[in-house]
Amino acid sequence: MADKQPATAREMAEVETIIGRILQVGVIVSAIIMTIGLVLFLVTGTSGYPGTTIPLRMGAILLGTLQFKPYAIMMLGTYCLILTPVLRVIVSIYAFYKERDHLYVWITTTVLIILLVALVIGVHK
Amino acid sequence: MVQTALIMLGVGIFAGIAGSILGIGGGMIITPILTLGMGLDIKYAIGASIIAVIATSSGSTIAYLRDNVLNLRVAMFLEIATTIGAISGALLTGVLDPKYLYLLFGALLVFSGWNMYRKLRRGQEVLQRVEPDKIATKLKLNGSYFDKAEMKDVDYQVENVPAGFAVMYGAGVASGLLGIGSGAFKVMAMDTFMKMPLKPSSSTSNLMMGVTAAASATVYFFNGSILPSIAVPMALGILVGAVIGSRIMQVLPARWIRIVFIPIILYIGLQMLFKGLGVHFL
Repeated sequence: MADKQPATAREMAEVETIIGRILQVGVIVSAIIMTIGLVLFLVTGTSGYPGTTIPLRMGAILLGTLQFKPYAIMMLGTYCLILTPVLRVIVSIYAFYKERDHLYVWITTTVLIILLVALVIGVHK
Repeated sequence: MVQTALIMLGVGIFAGIAGSILGIGGGMIITPILTLGMGLDIKYAIGASIIAVIATSSGSTIAYLRDNVLNLRVAMFLEIATTIGAISGALLTGVLDPKYLYLLFGALLVFSGWNMYRKLRRGQEVLQRVEPDKIATKLKLNGSYFDKAEMKDVDYQVENVPAGFAVMYGAGVASGLLGIGSGAFKVMAMDTFMKMPLKPSSSTSNLMMGVTAAASATVYFFNGSILPSIAVPMALGILVGAVIGSRIMQVLPARWIRIVFIPIILYIGLQMLFKGLGVHFL
C-alpha cells in the first residue's frame, strides 16, 4: 500500500495486458469450439440427439463431443464462454500479485470467493 | 435451420455492437427480438440473453483492456458489491415482492436519465475536483484513459465511492432477482454517482457484467434454458459485434454515446416503473 504513485499507471498497463491476453485466448478457444459445433450442426442437419433433447450433464457433453455430436460441441463451447469471466478474475489475482499490489490481491480474491459461492448456490438451486 | 442461424448471427452482431458501445448487456435487445420477433419461449430467450451478456462482456473487454479505456481497480472493487448483490437477489426470490424493486430501480434509472441530460446540456464531460476523494485515493481508483475521439489523455477522479458501492449492490440484486437492467445500473453507478467519464464507465460496466452474469449463467446452463441452435450463432455474432463495437466506441465522441444512452436508460426506467405499477408494455 505504501508504494509510490507514479508506478501505478505503468503497473496497471502491465496487469491489463496480461489479463487481456488470457481473456483473448479464452474467447478464441470458445469461439472455435462453438463454430465447429455450429458448422457440423448445419452441414449434418442434425443435433446428434433425438427430438429436442439437449445434453445437460458435463459427462454427457464431453462424451457427445468425443462422438462429434453437434449439440454437445455447441454446449461445450457455450460453457467455455461462460467460464471466460471467471478465468479473467483468476488471472487478475495472479497479475496483481505479480505487481505486488496486495490490497487488490485481497479484493480480487474476495470477488472470486463470492463468485464461487454464487456458482455453488446456482448449481443447487 | 441455416436461415435461423444466419438471422441469429445478424441479431448477435447488432446486439454486440450496441451493447459494447453502451455498456449494457444487450438482453433488452435480444429478448424482444427472440420472444416477439421469433416466437421463442421466454425461458430460452432469457437463457440466450444471459449468454449475450457474457459474450458482449468478454468480446469487448479484450480491446478495452488493451487500449486502457476501462478502470480495472474500480471494476474489481465494485464487483464485491455486485456479486454479493447477485447472491442476495437469488436468495430473496420469493421473499421480496418484486413490485417495490421495480418501482425503486425504475425511479433510479429515470433520475439517472435526467441527470445525464443535464450533463449533456452542460457540455462538459470531465470533472476534476480540487480536493481528491479520500476513499478513492486510498483504493487507488482514480484513473486516466486515452480518448481516441479527442486524441488526448483524460485524467479523472472518482467520487462518492460508498454511494457507487450501494448502487452496485442494487445492480447485483436487480440482476439476481429480476434478471434485467444490470448493465444500465452499472453505468449509472459510475457515471451519475461516482462522476466517472462516460467511456470508462461504459467499458468498466462491460467488464463487470460478465462476472455478474457468469454466476447466474451456470444455473441456466444446467437447467436446459440454453438452446444451442439459437444461443451459439447469436453468441458468435455478438463476439464479432463486440470486437467491432469496442473499436467504434473509442473513436466516438462521448457526447454522441450519451445522446444514444439517455433515451435507452429512460425507456428501461419507465418500463420498470410501469411493471411495478402493474401495467405492461414492451
